[in-house]
Amino acid sequence: MLLTYLKVFLVGGFICMLGQILIIKTNMTSSRILVLFVCIGAVMEAFGLYDPIVNFASAGATVPITGFGRSLAKGAIESIKEKGLLGVLTGGLTATAGGITGAVIFAYIFSLIFSSKTKKY
Amino acid sequence: MKKSRKQTIVFKNAPKIIGNYTIVGQKEGNSNFKNYFDYVLKNDLFGEKTFENAERKMLEHAIWNALDNAHLDSKDLDLLISGDLLNQIISSSFAARQFDVTYLGLYGACSTMAETLAVGSAFIDGNYFSKVACATGSHFSSAERQYRFPLELGNQRPPVSQWTVTGAGCTILGDSGGDKEIVNATFGKVTDFGINDVNNMGAAMAPAAMSTLIAHFEDTKTTPEDYDLILTGDLGKLGSEILMDLMENKGYKLKENYKDCGQMIFNNNQKSYQGGSGAGCSAVILNSYVMQKMKEGVYSRVLFAATGALLSTTSSQQGNTIPGICHAVEIRNCADKKEKK
Amino acid sequence: MDSIERNKKYNAYVDAKKPQTKNFPTLIYAYLVGGFICMIGQGIQDTLLAIFPTMSTESAGAWMLIVLIFLASFLTAIGVYDRIGVFAGAGSIVPITGFSNSITSPAMEFKKEGIIFGLCVKMFTVAGPVIVNGLAISVIVGIIYLFL
Repeated sequence: MLLTYLKVFLVGGFICMLGQILIIKTNMTSSRILVLFVCIGAVMEAFGLYDPIVNFASAGATVPITGFGRSLAKGAIESIKEKGLLGVLTGGLTATAGGITGAVIFAYIFSLIFSSKTKKY
Repeated sequence: MKKSRKQTIVFKNAPKIIGNYTIVGQKEGNSNFKNYFDYVLKNDLFGEKTFENAERKMLEHAIWNALDNAHLDSKDLDLLISGDLLNQIISSSFAARQFDVTYLGLYGACSTMAETLAVGSAFIDGNYFSKVACATGSHFSSAERQYRFPLELGNQRPPVSQWTVTGAGCTILGDSGGDKEIVNATFGKVTDFGINDVNNMGAAMAPAAMSTLIAHFEDTKTTPEDYDLILTGDLGKLGSEILMDLMENKGYKLKENYKDCGQMIFNNNQKSYQGGSGAGCSAVILNSYVMQKMKEGVYSRVLFAATGALLSTTSSQQGNTIPGICHAVEIRNCADKKEKK
Repeated sequence: MDSIERNKKYNAYVDAKKPQTKNFPTLIYAYLVGGFICMIGQGIQDTLLAIFPTMSTESAGAWMLIVLIFLASFLTAIGVYDRIGVFAGAGSIVPITGFSNSITSPAMEFKKEGIIFGLCVKMFTVAGPVIVNGLAISVIVGIIYLFL
């Protein structure tokens, strides 16, 4: 139990630290970081490299945005097995629909209620 | 005609500074100069619905109160010259609706304060107008959403970045009265040394400041030592260090009498990295601190050179480098000049 | 020609003059916060599995992400997430919570320009590229898989 959480912390933190190294070295904006990590996750999944990390670290690998990329690729591959060519187009979104729709709906609701405030620092 | 091919115009009927006013946001109200500002906002929205409206209201507030400070009414005013950072300088022109007065909108990015002063002085010197209001302002939140990211986005600001000052300042120029006068103005050339990091504005503007300062020293046959204070706009810590290096290479050494508004304004605990920026930055420092110190007699000859980075989000996204501009005005205590005579 | 040479020199000079960030602490902060967010995720997942024993690990994982997205969206709305971001950098950008933050923050910001042309249009200014490129790469992966 405790060991699982330690693994989650170590792997999840490590992926985030890689992002921070990129920010420091290249001055990338957060959009670019997210895009890059999604692509890395998807490509790793395609080569079967990401599943072992998920088996090892569970949420430590699914919570970082690379996990989102992995779901996209995994969704496409699995859906192809069922639907063939159509799966290429439907698989990615189907697998990530919950996350995307959730993010959009929550953003919609909260932004109707709250307004942005000035930063202090 | 005054000397041709030079960038400096010398005023024969030097326009007087007869009124000032500054209004700043909360963060600036806690800065090194909190005791000098006339009004500190309690809320950065200033009772408005949007940050853009708040910026407009700050400008209106600054102009009204500067008129008050000069004991004038808005019908005594001949011309309002103003500018700001928002697209199509909406804050300025919208603020001008409140005043029944002819209006000129100028855009010089963060150099707007010096630009409006220089243009306003020329009108007074030429006897076309007798009372001119020169105003500018900026708002952190409206600038941030136009130039950078949404306010609530959880990103880190790069260490070379500067903090856009929330504030507005207004100077009233007149043909008589007042104890400070603008003796000459140097208009700058657009200078681009190929910087394309939008966060590093100081480095983009420093060459423009160098070009204008050197033009000023050559045209007026002065050296940096002749001034009690040489004040650049918003180069920030890094930018002003770069400027000192650039000037030294050209044979001008800037010493303790050189300061930068952006570098001065925030204290070290305010996490502004390189300091303040924005049109409001130089406007609030000039109209509060500098004017106060000139009144007290600490400074009697000040060269105020506000710097601006003339970029837009489109130009930088398309990969263009950032051109800079710098305009300078020399301000003197009238009393001091009489003594010397 | 002269100005190109001059600009090159000036850029090199500025790069050398730039303040070097204290890199090490920010890496630690990113590690700590990022790891902590993942641990919260694991905690949510385990709780869900404990409450609903019939739930598959996969749907628990999906629910966990949705809960994290909700929390991040809420923290963004009350103005807390950007404070965490200043401290943690990539530690709060890389987890799925950063994705949620990047959708909620422009939506809130541009609400003032109207719900349709402000809020809804600008919602994807930061996260749009993520979804577009993510979908593109999933299609590429799918096509390659199909023909192999």
